[in-house]
Amino acid sequence: MTLSHDELLEVQRRMLRIRKFDERASKMVKRGHIPGTVHTSIGQEAQVVGATFALQDGDYMSGNHRSHGHPIGKGAPLGPLMAELTGKAAGVCKGKGGSLHLADFAVGSLGESGIVGSSIPIATGAALSSKVLGRPTVALAFFGDGAANQGVLYESMNMAGVWNLPMIFLCENNQYALSTPAHTVTSGVIADRAAGFGIPGVRIENGQDFFAVHDAVKSAVDRARAGEGPTLIEVVTYRYNEHSEGLRLSVDYRNAEEKAEWLSRDPIVQFREALIADHGFTAEELDALDADVLREVDEAVAFSDASPFPEKSVAFDDLFTDTTYVETLSRQERAAFEQKEEVPA
Amino acid sequence: MSVMSYLGAIGAAQREAMDADERVIIIGEDVEANVYGTTGGSGKSRASEGDFTQKYGRNRIRNTPISEEGIVGAAAGAAMTGLRPIVDLSYSSFLYMAMDQLVNQVAKNRYMFGGQASMPVVFRSAMFYGLNTGAHHSDRPYPMFMNVPGLKIVAPASPSDAKGLLRSAVDSDDPVLIFEACLLWGSKEDVSEEEFWTPLGVARTVQEGTDVTVVAISSSVPEALAAARTLAEEEGVSVEVIDPRTLVPLDKEAILKSVAKTGRLVIAEPAHRTCGAAAEISAMVAEEVFDSLKAPIARITAPDMQIPFSPALEKQMYPDRVKIAAAIRRTVGVAQRA
Ligand SMILES: Cc1ncc(C[n+]2csc(CCOP(=O)(O)OP(=O)(O)O)c2C)c(N)n1
Ligand SMILES: [Mg+2]
Repeated sequence: MTLSHDELLEVQRRMLRIRKFDERASKMVKRGHIPGTVHTSIGQEAQVVGATFALQDGDYMSGNHRSHGHPIGKGAPLGPLMAELTGKAAGVCKGKGGSLHLADFAVGSLGESGIVGSSIPIATGAALSSKVLGRPTVALAFFGDGAANQGVLYESMNMAGVWNLPMIFLCENNQYALSTPAHTVTSGVIADRAAGFGIPGVRIENGQDFFAVHDAVKSAVDRARAGEGPTLIEVVTYRYNEHSEGLRLSVDYRNAEEKAEWLSRDPIVQFREALIADHGFTAEELDALDADVLREVDEAVAFSDASPFPEKSVAFDDLFTDTTYVETLSRQERAAFEQKEEVPA
Repeated sequence: MSVMSYLGAIGAAQREAMDADERVIIIGEDVEANVYGTTGGSGKSRASEGDFTQKYGRNRIRNTPISEEGIVGAAAGAAMTGLRPIVDLSYSSFLYMAMDQLVNQVAKNRYMFGGQASMPVVFRSAMFYGLNTGAHHSDRPYPMFMNVPGLKIVAPASPSDAKGLLRSAVDSDDPVLIFEACLLWGSKEDVSEEEFWTPLGVARTVQEGTDVTVVAISSSVPEALAAARTLAEEEGVSVEVIDPRTLVPLDKEAILKSVAKTGRLVIAEPAHRTCGAAAEISAMVAEEVFDSLKAPIARITAPDMQIPFSPALEKQMYPDRVKIAAAIRRTVGVAQRA
């Protein structure tokens, strides 16, 4: 599978977008410009974009709390994502989701999830509708090594296997679930679990290499689209930052040596070197890309800054498609919605 | 019109919905062999005319593994991407297995994603209480789900409503949980063979009256009617019986208007007492039409106790006509004749 010059440039652009967007988001959390916290994908960009770049328009995906990379990797515009992180009206979810619950249906992102493992069957359902309706689309579920120990994953793998659904289970094995090393809570190898369901299981040892991830996911996507069923892919990778921004743990559960080793194999640096060495790119053109992405992130922040906070009444929109529901709320609840003084008792 | 049972009416609604829209699928455990009686044809065997698997094929009749969490999540994902699944969860106590998916995905996704998702999915389950199935199969869990904004909650009490409400549920773009009462499975009445839709959120005044309002839910409806008959005959008390049919959204106006008229309220439901539908309706009435009340509100519910197995023990646990009649007498201040 060879990618064109433009496609390779786009891969680097998306990896850089994730890196720069998350670096900015991290700062904004620490300065109080983003309420709550965020989980960054810094260090995991090749794993994310290797997967999303293997999907097509119309394909679906679901994700988790480490959430910004997935929609960015699938091509979502940065402004509405940033405005969502800041809780603004122009946020992609109108300020109702926040970092943990991003979704951008326009690029097939059916939702990130604050509940570990919970969004996996959502992608299974998207694969089911593709199959029942005879559509050529596939669905991919992103989940961590921690989520790999949730039972619903295996219910989903079993259903996807027995129904031969067009689906990819993509385990982002960054080797830790919060502070817990995967090997201390995980029996056997995650990818090997696929065998129990009679579906292919693939482990990518070097998840910092875009090409390795992309090749594996691309063949799984091709299989799925050809009606040959689901694949489990485990990508070994590493997150550079703390589990979430602002979190400070007194126990150093990852040692400095380990971190230095992974930093020396940075996915974006490696990819840049490969583009220059093997694909005819110049350093100037890639420097220009860096600058361009920084500008995009600045623009995203400006987009967020320019957006007002949502009207209070928005809290009462979009629970149901049926808008008459709000009328059935009690007088007290409605008073809040109408921003009037509560009816005196 | 033809005489239909409650269960037969559900089957008829499912067949109509499958015929009306290719995007409707039925998904659940043992649906292929019609174990629970709502996906079958005219006879018992697979060859009988109208058998769902024969008629619609395995693409749309999805027999599942025993994986409630996965089934509910997959149905949600399918609903978000173009299908309109009817999920048959068989016993309503199995909903607990899928609690995360129901609460965190089904109910929240549309809201969290700022309206990007719509969730046209129906979850049917049967409440097997009163049938000596013991604590694991006897639940009436609908009040728990009333506590989750984003789910519509339906509890049909008659064959016509079982049919009409299911059609509306399938056509709704929002998730609907239907709680069916097994005690009512065999109840029969004339039901239109034409297609019809009973709107969600509209109560049914089962019987008009002037002295007291009885709001009855699920299998308490026929019990309330029986109590009303006795009281009319023996004490000349005129009882208005209201079946909310949909608990979310609740037809508050119908209940408030009735209580404003009668000034008295008895609520009967088979669920537990604490935080039940009866508790919610009591609070609403007290908040909104307190001045109309001539007597304290009375709740007839199951006690806050698990359901025992032995028939000798289980029978007393739910509202029946005797308990409802006694509550009505207390409320209107008449003594039972000797
Ligand atoms: C059901 C559930 N349990 C626990 C948590 C708390 N929690 C949030 S993220 C996390 C670690 C998840 O690890 P992993 O799946 O490997 O993803 P990673 O953060 O490493 O990307 C935990 C324990 C949660 N959000 N949901
Ligand atoms: Mg992890």
